Amino acid sequence: MPKVTVDGTELEIAAGSTVLQACEVAGVEIPRFCYHERLSIAGNCRMCLVEVEKSPKPVASCAMPINEGMVIKTDTPMVHKARKGVMEMLLINHPLDCPICDQGGECDLQDQALGYGFDKSRYSENKRAVKDKNFGPLIETHMTRCIHCTRCVRFSTEVAGVPDIGAIGRGEHMEITTYLDAAVGSEMSGNVIDLCPVGALVSKPYAFTARPWELKKTESIDVMDAVGSNIRIDARGPEVMRVLPRLNEDVNEEWISDKTRFAYDGLKRQRLDRPYLRENGKLREATWDEVFLAVSAKLKATAGDKIAAIAGDLADAESMYALKELFVSLGSKNLDCRQDGAKLDATSRASYIFNSGIAGIEQADVVLLIGTNPRLEAPIVNARLRKRYLMGGFKIASIGPALDLSFPLESLGAGPQTLSDLAAGKHGFAEALKAAKNPMIIVGQGALARADGSAVLAAARKLAEASGVVKDGWNGFNVLHTAASRVGGLDLGFVPSLNKDGQGGRDVAGILEGAQSGAVEVVYLLGADEIDNTKLGKAFVIYQGHHGDAGAHRADVILPGAAYTEKDGTYVNTEGRVQRAKRAAFPLGEAREDWKIVRALSQVIGKTLPFDSIQQLRAKMAAAHPTFATLDALLPATWGSFGQEGSMDGAAFRTPISNFYMTDPISRASVTMAKCAEVQSSRSKDTGTHG
Amino acid sequence: MSVYPEHRPAGQGEPFVFTAEMKAKADAHIAKYPAGRQQSAVMPLLDLAQRQNGGWLSKEALAHVADILGMPVMRVYEVASFYTMYNLQPVGKNLVQVCTTTPCWLRGSGDVVAACEKHLGIAVGETTADGKFTLREVECLGACVNAPVVQVADDYYEDVAVSHVPGLLDALGRGETPKAGSLIGRQTSAPEGGALTLKDIPAKQGA
Repeated sequence: MPKVTVDGTELEIAAGSTVLQACEVAGVEIPRFCYHERLSIAGNCRMCLVEVEKSPKPVASCAMPINEGMVIKTDTPMVHKARKGVMEMLLINHPLDCPICDQGGECDLQDQALGYGFDKSRYSENKRAVKDKNFGPLIETHMTRCIHCTRCVRFSTEVAGVPDIGAIGRGEHMEITTYLDAAVGSEMSGNVIDLCPVGALVSKPYAFTARPWELKKTESIDVMDAVGSNIRIDARGPEVMRVLPRLNEDVNEEWISDKTRFAYDGLKRQRLDRPYLRENGKLREATWDEVFLAVSAKLKATAGDKIAAIAGDLADAESMYALKELFVSLGSKNLDCRQDGAKLDATSRASYIFNSGIAGIEQADVVLLIGTNPRLEAPIVNARLRKRYLMGGFKIASIGPALDLSFPLESLGAGPQTLSDLAAGKHGFAEALKAAKNPMIIVGQGALARADGSAVLAAARKLAEASGVVKDGWNGFNVLHTAASRVGGLDLGFVPSLNKDGQGGRDVAGILEGAQSGAVEVVYLLGADEIDNTKLGKAFVIYQGHHGDAGAHRADVILPGAAYTEKDGTYVNTEGRVQRAKRAAFPLGEAREDWKIVRALSQVIGKTLPFDSIQQLRAKMAAAHPTFATLDALLPATWGSFGQEGSMDGAAFRTPISNFYMTDPISRASVTMAKCAEVQSSRSKDTGTHG
Repeated sequence: MSVYPEHRPAGQGEPFVFTAEMKAKADAHIAKYPAGRQQSAVMPLLDLAQRQNGGWLSKEALAHVADILGMPVMRVYEVASFYTMYNLQPVGKNLVQVCTTTPCWLRGSGDVVAACEKHLGIAVGETTADGKFTLREVECLGACVNAPVVQVADDYYEDVAVSHVPGLLDALGRGETPKAGSLIGRQTSAPEGGALTLKDIPAKQGA
């Protein structure tokens, strides 16, 4: 490894590194605007100038590879003078509108102008002003502030794979824009807001609402999809003002999807802030005492096998655990957390998690997608697949609907028939999968949430076993979930349990069938809004949740719960990674944290659950389900036999998500997401000359 | 506020497709580059499209070039807006480009521009009502030896004086193509009125 000297300190650094990276290793901070470690090097802002011995001019450190024996100086009069010159040039056309700029307080240019700026401008001519552009409903533009670092252009081209942003014109007339002012067509376009080092691209929903220093920052976990992106929730008082990504190399790197970032305005609409009780066919406001008495009377009067519970997609593990314990004590076996009816096997953990981990995608060389559209179901996973594609030597194919994933892939077929062909080796791709060093199979809910899902799962397992997808040191059998609560629910066994004689409880389909026939009289919905409510028949429906969505409309009793920003909760992402979300604001009105509601209800019923605090609950949960004892880590799951071999019908796999922007009660209530969905649908209708 | 309409491609209201002849030329350009690098041919292809489309590139033309080269239309647009010789707005049949960079200007190109404006009845940057002429000031055309220079289509008219302007423009207006080169009969860039030096070189040297 070459040796270089940075400010008198000698260090060894990997060949091929840049001068800037060497300086970072040495602990020297180099100012920069255009350089970003996850994007290609542009070298156009010139802010990172350093002095290199024997070089007559200052050197742009971000773009200069190191050489053996290089002597780098970052704190000389020449460096300071050079950087001050660059800063003066950058500020020639940058407006002095920090007091009304949303970036103020967290602006790279502002911060670095403090170090390298002059106290006054020597430029007396008019500043350049640029017309603002349309980037869609999420990104507000103030293009006069743009310093042309091209981070947004490189992000959209490289990471998102949607090259909608570009730089037109040149020199003084250069402008950043989308093609003909169309909205950016990426599911993760909001990341350019974080990347923009100035206030040119800022969040439209957040515009002019808060200053960064007045926000309370809470590190939490996202629930809009099953990725479990690490987020920071910025709240002012009771109101969530914005959601930002948090760095986690294993999960979301530093990106989040637009739904994660912008659905928060749904937290302010259609909220359930007090209990309701249905009387004479109409919901009326009620007190906690009233609703608890009503629920407890109903539950006590009904036999255990006639009550059922369904956990929704946003439920935290604590509330599911509490509800399961309560229902077990009431003698019910009718529990299910798989609203979509996916035939997931809760007995074998390897069968329902993303075994390789999201970061494991970078090791895979051949990937087979079965009934999944990762771009809509988990844009962060898709970004990781694209990252792998860009590394080269990567082959990816799909069985299912036609996909546009922002990188090329082979479409093998539409349904189970192709899967059978592949398993029988009748398809060319089977060879590629077998020959691969680290083959990977990603099974989506589109392949499992169907009547023959169990057979599909078994077929996928057999293919995995036959193709070396599961071997020593590598398990590339992955299930991609769409719901944040799903893996947690399966880990907790929130599924129909079996009797001693093998007679099972009812799953979601069984519960709905029972509700229609009268075999199930009480249904407890823990935030379950994605089931077919018309099939609930005459059942007495208890809805516990935070939004007046489908479930609440059908409910006979509403217990107002807390949204994910308003409670401490445990979520298990699709990889099986146990992560803790933290409360950023208090639940609205009389709403309470979900596990507390279940705990309080258990007391009224007379089956008091044995925990009084979330710590006690978590200790009990971890004792009963050991996977919950390890946070933020992947536990390898034991491979086993799962799925039920059988005949698969010929129907094509469908995509479980048709509208990316509206998949859960929060995003359905969000005006921002509604605008995005509108833009999306107008784009897909646009067949003419748009590009 | 600076707004650049010349950076915004207009629509032509009908699909743009290369003619068979142009397509053959385009393929020849693409074939110059190795497989997977066909995007390198974007500039010649844009030029072909501009020639076929009456001197300007519509958004349909940009889309067609992007389509042929398998590149995002935004990338094509970046190239087309970067270079001033691609026109993203319709231009007149004759794009009259008068060089006004220093050598031409010192030799009277300012008067040539004024004469063009007067004769055509339009200001610089405008197009005549009949769509025959667009007048433009351009930077150095690289023919400073015979300044001032006026470029129309692929032809350079050199040594242009104010007195040449009406005749030149009228001929172009009639659809003729006046003979390109020096308008004062100079042979390429040889001295005005014939050679001044090296006249006395003996027929045979050495001996």
